[in-house]
Amino acid sequence: MRSPDLLRHAWAIASKDLLVELRSRTAILSVAVFVVLVLVVFNFGRDPTAVSNIDLAPSILWVTFTFAAILALNRAFQLELENQALEGLLLAPVDRGSIYLGKLIANLVFVATIECLGVPLVALFFNVPIIPHLGPLVATIALATVGFVAIGTLFSAMTVRTRFAELLLPVLLLPFMILPLSWAALATGRLLAGRPLSEITGWLNMLAVYDLVFVILAVLLFPATVNE
Amino acid sequence: MLRAEGLKHRFGAISALDDVSFTVQPGQTLAVFGPNGAGKTTLLKVLAGLIQPQHGRAQVEGGRRAIGWIGHQPQLYGQLTVRENLRFWASLYDVSPSDDLLSRLGLDDHADRPVRALSRGLVQRVAIARALVHDPRVLLLDEPFTGLDRVAAESLRRLLGDVMKQGGASVLVTHNVEEGTELATDVAFMRAGRFVHFAPRAGRGSAQVAEEYRNAIA
Repeated sequence: MRSPDLLRHAWAIASKDLLVELRSRTAILSVAVFVVLVLVVFNFGRDPTAVSNIDLAPSILWVTFTFAAILALNRAFQLELENQALEGLLLAPVDRGSIYLGKLIANLVFVATIECLGVPLVALFFNVPIIPHLGPLVATIALATVGFVAIGTLFSAMTVRTRFAELLLPVLLLPFMILPLSWAALATGRLLAGRPLSEITGWLNMLAVYDLVFVILAVLLFPATVNE
Repeated sequence: MLRAEGLKHRFGAISALDDVSFTVQPGQTLAVFGPNGAGKTTLLKVLAGLIQPQHGRAQVEGGRRAIGWIGHQPQLYGQLTVRENLRFWASLYDVSPSDDLLSRLGLDDHADRPVRALSRGLVQRVAIARALVHDPRVLLLDEPFTGLDRVAAESLRRLLGDVMKQGGASVLVTHNVEEGTELATDVAFMRAGRFVHFAPRAGRGSAQVAEEYRNAIA
C-alpha cells in the first residue's frame, strides 16, 4: 500500500476515535480527575523538609502520566469491540499498519491532552520552574510519551480480546516502560534543577532511538496481534 | 467470482470446517443452512479473509475491496451519527457514501441521529447501508435478518436482489430456512463443519427445503 493511503486511512481512524471520545468524554474526564486527584494527594502527603520539590516533582510527574496513560490505553481497542467494529476494520481494504497508526495517533492526542493538564498542575503544586525550560521539557515529554504509547497501543490490541485485558495490559507494559520512564524522569529532574541542556541530550537521544525501534516493531507486529 | 477449495479449520478438538469446497458465480446466491455451531460463521470469516484456514484456500475476485459483510453485530459506533458512520466506513474504501443508499433503506430521517439512539431494527438497516457503502460485488451475510422488522427485511431482500441482478454474488448463512430460501439460487446444509447437502435450489420452496434440511441434519 502506498504511504499516502496508509496515512489517510490512519488519519480517518484517528479522527473517528477522537470524535467518539469528544462525544462521550467518559475516558478523558475520568483520567483528568485521576490526574488531579493523584497530584493533590501527593501535594498534601509530602514532607517538604525531607525531600526538596525539585527532586520529588519529576518522579511524581512521570508516575502520574504512566497510570493515566495505562487508563487511556485500556480503552483504545475496547471501542472497537463494541458491535464488533474491529472485524469491519480488518475486513476493509486498508493496511493493518494504518489501523495501528490511527490508534497510535488517537492515543497520543489523548495522552498529550492529559499531560497538558498535568504539567501546569505539577508546577503549581510543587512550585517548580517550568517556563524557563519549557522547550526541552516538552521535547522530553513528547519523546517519552511516543515510546510508551507506541508499545502500549500494540499491547492494548494484543490483550483486548482476552478475559483479563485490564490486568494484562499493565503487567505486559510496565517492564517496557521502565527504560523510557527512567530516562525521562532523569532528564526532567536535570531540567527543573536548571542544569545545562548538554546533560540531558544523551537521554533524549536514547528516547528517540527507543521511539524509532518500538514504532517500527509495533507496526510490523500489529497484524499478528489482530489476526484470528 | 468466489471459490472455496478443501477448506479445513479446527478450534482445538472442534472441527469448524471439514473439507468444504464450492464456487459461486456472478448472479448466484448460496444459502448455507445449519444449526448453531455447525461452522457457518467460520466459513464466512474464512471467505472474508478474517481467518486463515489451516488447509485449503478461499478466493474472492476483487479481494477485500469487493466484499460487503452483514453480520449479527452492526460494526457501527454508537456515539457517531448514521451519516458519520457511513462517511467513516466509506473513507476506508476511498469512496463517498451516496444519499441514495440512505433513501433506499428508509434512513433519510435518521441520518443525523446517533446510532445508539436508534432501535435494533434501524441499527440493522444502518449496518446494511454500511455493508453496501462501497458497492460490493460479493456479499457475505451472517444471519442478516436478525432484528429486522417485516419492512426492513423486504428492503434487504430487494437490495440483495439488485446486487445479484448487477452480477454480484452472495453467500448467506442462517439457521432459519424460511428466511433464506427465497433469495437462494443454491442451497447447502452444514453439519459439524461439513456440507451434507449442496445443490441448486431448482424451484424448491421453503417448506420443501425445510423438510429436506430436517432430514439431513437429524
